[in-house]
Amino acid sequence: MAKALFRPLTPRWGMQKSWTDGRPTRQVAAEFIKPNDRLSSFERLEIYNRQYWFRLLDCLHDDYPGVRAVLGTKKFTRMATAYLTKYQSNSYTLRDLGDRLEHFIQEEPAWTTPHEILAADMAKFEWAQTVAFDGPSKRPISADDILGISADKLTLCLQPYLSLLLSSYAVDDLLIAVKKNEEDALRGEASNAIHSAPRGSRRRKPVRLPKKQRVFLAVHRYGNQVYSKRLEAEEYQILTAIGRGETVAAACEGAITQSTKTDLNWTDTVKSWFDIWTALGWFSLPR
Amino acid sequence: MPGNQFNGFTDYGIGIGLRVPHYRHILAEKPVVDWFEIISENFMVDGGRPLEVLDQILEQYRVVQHGVATYFGSADDLDKTHLRKLKRLVRRTNTPWLSDHLCWGSVDGRYTHDLLPMPYTFAVAKHTAEKIKAARDVLEIPICVENVSSYAEYHASEMTEWEFLSEVVELADCGILLDVNNIYVSSKNHSFNPYDYLDNIPHHRVGQIHIAGHSKFEKYILDTHDHPVLDPVWKLYAHAIKLVGNTATLLEWDDRIPTFDEVHREALKANKFRESVVAAS
Repeated sequence: MAKALFRPLTPRWGMQKSWTDGRPTRQVAAEFIKPNDRLSSFERLEIYNRQYWFRLLDCLHDDYPGVRAVLGTKKFTRMATAYLTKYQSNSYTLRDLGDRLEHFIQEEPAWTTPHEILAADMAKFEWAQTVAFDGPSKRPISADDILGISADKLTLCLQPYLSLLLSSYAVDDLLIAVKKNEEDALRGEASNAIHSAPRGSRRRKPVRLPKKQRVFLAVHRYGNQVYSKRLEAEEYQILTAIGRGETVAAACEGAITQSTKTDLNWTDTVKSWFDIWTALGWFSLPR
Repeated sequence: MPGNQFNGFTDYGIGIGLRVPHYRHILAEKPVVDWFEIISENFMVDGGRPLEVLDQILEQYRVVQHGVATYFGSADDLDKTHLRKLKRLVRRTNTPWLSDHLCWGSVDGRYTHDLLPMPYTFAVAKHTAEKIKAARDVLEIPICVENVSSYAEYHASEMTEWEFLSEVVELADCGILLDVNNIYVSSKNHSFNPYDYLDNIPHHRVGQIHIAGHSKFEKYILDTHDHPVLDPVWKLYAHAIKLVGNTATLLEWDDRIPTFDEVHREALKANKFRESVVAAS
């Protein structure tokens, strides 16, 4: 029965009429499902096949509005169906359904061409929001925690809910525009349209897709609200180096050395960055 | 019977599901609600807003956990990660009992995210009961299993659904979350008398009751939880509480969710039937 449920629906949202071995599906269904006076075995099994796909596609539809805007609803549904066929849910929670979506888009770009890079960046950005929403956190450092430790000896951890992203497009601006454009609740609303096909796009002005623009982003939460913050290239480098386990001094030196900016007071600039990151609670102590 | 070992000997009345669209109203207006039911998996997270809201709710309200992914009926072993997170949540909420469904929904580590009916056989009952007992040993609180609504039956079944439910709960020595809407939906889809179902289960094991709305299609009914409770279901509820007493009752409304007040008003209609049980006694 599971095999039947996991098989994609037809373009008209029905159960496939032929089984994997070429036999009619109705013959396979009749082997284990009883018919009743109103529905055949095939039709009874089809209810579950449709429920599975409607539920999961609806979940991705709700959780990835940015990717949906990049591709358009029809192409998104085709891509999502291919994704779920290849990567069936391996978690008890639908929250994790899109955890391999970025990887799939990169693996099989044909489903998202010509916007494969933007789609992958957006999938990465939207997954980071899921992580920020309910990911684990550790006690943020206080000034006392690092008192007396010199920067060349100080190592820190980044909060597990914090994601640092390098994107080829301004996905943050695009998602804001998408969300403004949509009337549906995008997060946290129950969406159980399990008896009907995923919603088609309502008539709304399509959002203009951005031009290529390299941006560095931090996706985090503060006060239990999810935020994204644009970073300078050097901020991104320092934070990712700290996340790799480098000392604060080595992380800063590496970023400053590689920087092309020549007219900055690096001492004041880096200090202000650390003040902000510490106030946002991004750092914790290694065990 | 209303307060028994399967609901921690509590006397909870009428509750409603805790749902995101109502958070703001509940936290701001603090309405009087006897108890809330939460979907365990929505709060089996590691941080963030869900737990912040839950902790605020727990400060003022009684909460009971209801799960959708333990899958007692799956051939797979119990998911240890799921069980560990579930136990952590049990400690946080102090839920007096925990419920999940008499169903399967995963195979070889792949999840359907549905509540699928099982073939009603003695072997399946034994396997399912063993998993319930194993889960209870880990969680250390009473467990109630809920009868699901279904749209298919198996050639392999050896007994009726209510015989199967009875067999499982006796073997597992666990409670029943009696979903009267699910009984009604299944009775229409499989052409049985829902009162036969109600009359032939071990009533002393009923720890909780669910009521809900459903959607009618041309050839079947779907358990959609997106409508008020229909009259035939209220009638079943009235019959159920005559048999099991004024047991903790929960209205499920999970889609096209109206305002909090509307949902709560719908739930409180159950009082009309509960009062008649008190009057009769």
